[in-house]
Amino acid sequence: MGHLIPSSIAPYVLPVVYAVVIVAVLPLLAGYIVLLERKVMADMQARLGPMRVGPHGLLQPIADAVKLLLKEDIIPANADKLMFWMAPLVSVTMALLAYAALPIGPAFQIADLNVGLLFILGISSLGIYGIVLGGWASNSHYSLLGALRSAAQLVSYETAAGLGLVSALLLAGSLSMKEIVQAQYDQGTWFIFSVPVGFFIYMVGSIAETNRAPFDLPEAESELVAGYMTEYSGFRWSLYFLAEYANMIIVAGIATTLFLGGWLRPFARWHDHFPGTSLEFFDVIPSLVFLAAAGYCFYLAPKQPVQIQKIVMAAFGAACLLLAGAMAAALFASPVVMAGIHGAFWFMAKVVAYLYAFLWFRFTFPRYRFDQLMRLGWRFLIPLALVNVIDVGVAIILRQELGWSPFWAMLLMTLVTLGIAMWLASEGSKPATTLQPADTEI
Amino acid sequence: MTKGPTTEITTTVLGADEIILNMGPQHPSTHGVLRVKLKLDGERVVDSECIIGYLHRGVEKIAEHRSYQQFAPYVDRMDYVAAVSNGLGYCEAVEKLLGTEAPPRAKVVRTILTELQRIASHLLWLGTHALDIGALTPVFYCFREREEILKIFEKYCGARLTTHAFRIGGLQYETYDGFEEDVKRFCNDFEHRVDEYETLLTENRIWVGRTKGVGIITAADAIALGVTGPVLRGSGVKWDLRKAMPYAAYDQYEFDIPTRPTGDTYDRYIVRMEEMRQSRRICLQAIENIPSGPILGKVGKVLKPPPGEVYHSIEAPKGELGYYIVSDGTTQPYRLRVRPPSFINLQAFRKMAEGALVADVVAIIGTIDIVLGEVDR
Amino acid sequence: MILNQILFYFFALLAVGSAILMVTRRNVVHSAVFLISTLLATAGIFLQLQAEFLFVVQIILYVGGIMVLFVFVIMLVNLDVALRQIQFNRQKYVAAVLTLVLAAQVFFALWVARAGLNLANPADKMPVRNTEAIGDAIFQRYMLPFEIASVLLLVAMIGAVVMAKRRV
Repeated sequence: MGHLIPSSIAPYVLPVVYAVVIVAVLPLLAGYIVLLERKVMADMQARLGPMRVGPHGLLQPIADAVKLLLKEDIIPANADKLMFWMAPLVSVTMALLAYAALPIGPAFQIADLNVGLLFILGISSLGIYGIVLGGWASNSHYSLLGALRSAAQLVSYETAAGLGLVSALLLAGSLSMKEIVQAQYDQGTWFIFSVPVGFFIYMVGSIAETNRAPFDLPEAESELVAGYMTEYSGFRWSLYFLAEYANMIIVAGIATTLFLGGWLRPFARWHDHFPGTSLEFFDVIPSLVFLAAAGYCFYLAPKQPVQIQKIVMAAFGAACLLLAGAMAAALFASPVVMAGIHGAFWFMAKVVAYLYAFLWFRFTFPRYRFDQLMRLGWRFLIPLALVNVIDVGVAIILRQELGWSPFWAMLLMTLVTLGIAMWLASEGSKPATTLQPADTEI
Repeated sequence: MTKGPTTEITTTVLGADEIILNMGPQHPSTHGVLRVKLKLDGERVVDSECIIGYLHRGVEKIAEHRSYQQFAPYVDRMDYVAAVSNGLGYCEAVEKLLGTEAPPRAKVVRTILTELQRIASHLLWLGTHALDIGALTPVFYCFREREEILKIFEKYCGARLTTHAFRIGGLQYETYDGFEEDVKRFCNDFEHRVDEYETLLTENRIWVGRTKGVGIITAADAIALGVTGPVLRGSGVKWDLRKAMPYAAYDQYEFDIPTRPTGDTYDRYIVRMEEMRQSRRICLQAIENIPSGPILGKVGKVLKPPPGEVYHSIEAPKGELGYYIVSDGTTQPYRLRVRPPSFINLQAFRKMAEGALVADVVAIIGTIDIVLGEVDR
Repeated sequence: MILNQILFYFFALLAVGSAILMVTRRNVVHSAVFLISTLLATAGIFLQLQAEFLFVVQIILYVGGIMVLFVFVIMLVNLDVALRQIQFNRQKYVAAVLTLVLAAQVFFALWVARAGLNLANPADKMPVRNTEAIGDAIFQRYMLPFEIASVLLLVAMIGAVVMAKRRV
């Protein structure tokens, strides 16, 4: 096929194809993550969730999207029209732009930047403008305050999350996303096992960065200060919503790349550690998973109450079957193709696992008050992140200069960091604002 | 705005950074149509004013034009979350006026139903309070349990919410077949449900951070303001009408009165959780032996209590619910005044909200546990 | 190559156009947004010159940090007064003449040196990658100025916190 494409544009073909695929698939993916959230929420709340639109609610995202597109577009009377129009666009653009550097497979990356990680962090930080300008453009005092609070929260936790990433970066030695995954392959271990504290810091920071519970005060309905999204309706609101879920997938993608081994299969280097044995059955897992999903769909299909739901369920089953076939066929294709397809599967599986944790936290924990949130960020998380970076540096020196084994060096420094974390946490639980009980005179 | 005493915020001069924030009658967290005006200095509440009356229906005036039996369904609509307790207080007050008592069987069944209602009321409180603070899950668990209780009520008297379960002089309906089994099964299941809620909330850092030290009211203030119920017991005052002035069949059963020392939101939460456990204990004891006998005392069809007045109060889930009835010898009361616990407890809001942050106001309104039907009548 | 040139002119036009729009807007928030697009365009030019670290740092620090601060301050300060002020003052004709003189001087200087003006051909393979080169420079050759700058920033931060601190 190489001779069909003139060499002047050959380097641009694949990235454009990938970009188109990502931009096309992402809204659908975000919609289905919303459905996943609703089903997981329902499961944790002893309910069923969406069941009517499509079998088991599987077509709910499509119905929601159509409804939002058809809604009336309301603009507040004195709103700043340019900003009002632009703010959701900024949010969505930045959220989508960050996918340019995300490595979904060894060859499935739009652009392998030298500074890929910093690029994604920078673009995520630009998403703040969507929020701030949205709050401003609504011409409502409370929307503006909510937006500014949200932005302050984002900025604070971005710092902490970035420092958490630095600790994994020290082990990887490069900012290029591809090389980070490669470093995990070379070192034979996912970085979550080397720097668990860094992973924890990044996880908390990313929850706050995407305005998810327990840090979702700016978005909460029962709080006094209305959120920045209040005045947006219909398609504009769905852009904000899309941006939020795209952001969630991005932070999950960063966590997966940095800490969870990216597109690597679990035990990717088993054959190096234990020559002669192989865990190749791990390679069969992708097709098995889809086969099981297809089997479940076909099992549920006859039980649906409505004829059309039976058909849709069977169609989903057929789609899962096709994917299982693709995964199995990839086993017999060239190693590059197999690494690509299976890599994408493992990457998405890890992203979904990370997002499941997000959903779990949302429905378990109450909400932090804004001052508690800021105190947690600045007085616990950032000091802990700084200490963690220093400790990882010390561990690397122990490893390289003093020749300790990686395992013991990392274990020791993780314990030191945990000790400091516990001290910091006990400092923080002393209430900073002691409210005096009311005096006795009436 | 009507000119009033010094509690009016609008007549005071605003300082440099002070603004007045209105939590309007329509707000997801005010538990009804309550309007709260907050005077804020930055983030702190300097003063507050509750404006009520949006749900005033003139219940006490209506009472003057209904016979005693006709008025009984109206009391359910006041604290609509715990209708059975309202009915208990009213029936016992009229029985006191008449100088009679319900027969023992009726008293025990009344006790069981009232304690079940207390659990149901506290469950609703817990669910909505947790929801206001941001915990999205406990509300569904609480309503799952509340559903079981409401099913028992429906099987007993045909209604879930506004039950009109009791009659003056006793009960109208005999307990249905399977009543004891249902209550026993509920009580047995309920033990570990309460533990489930506690797992989610009690030790949770975020919950503790949002409720400890928030909305403190001292015992002296609480007594001076006339606050009763879990709010009073959360401030360390061990006062419960079920023990202090027993009514119905409470003197026959063993139960504890939970109190906590500090008087903040967390303590009131613990008090109410423990009260649910104690109510379960009472139910289990009561269901063991319900005495047999008549369910309705000798009360005539036409009630003409002798002229006089009576005040009778019970320990409703929200506090001391009292009925002051003045009879002039006719079939309709001359005056019926309700002492609603939520109305009196809401007075404590001003004290509790002083110095609190705006984000805590929602928690404070939730912890007083008000029902606007009772506040406004 | 041609794509390089197209991109450069695009970024350059964006930068200059945004800068002009920034100084002529009446609405201060619009000015801030146009400043943001100017900075982003300059970042694009950095990327074209293969200074990718500068590109990213420009975005993270300038646009994502400093401009956020600007925008916060603009939104929190009451701007009705600014909106009512006269946009261009009475000396605009004198200013226009002086600007033309200055522009003529700049163009003359560029014209004289026009032989040296062409788009630099970026090196095919940099010996050391951008980030590492900057890291080496900062932490080895220019360590002392770097530390002094960090202490200066720390002092400024502490001073700002102390001055602005009030009991919540």
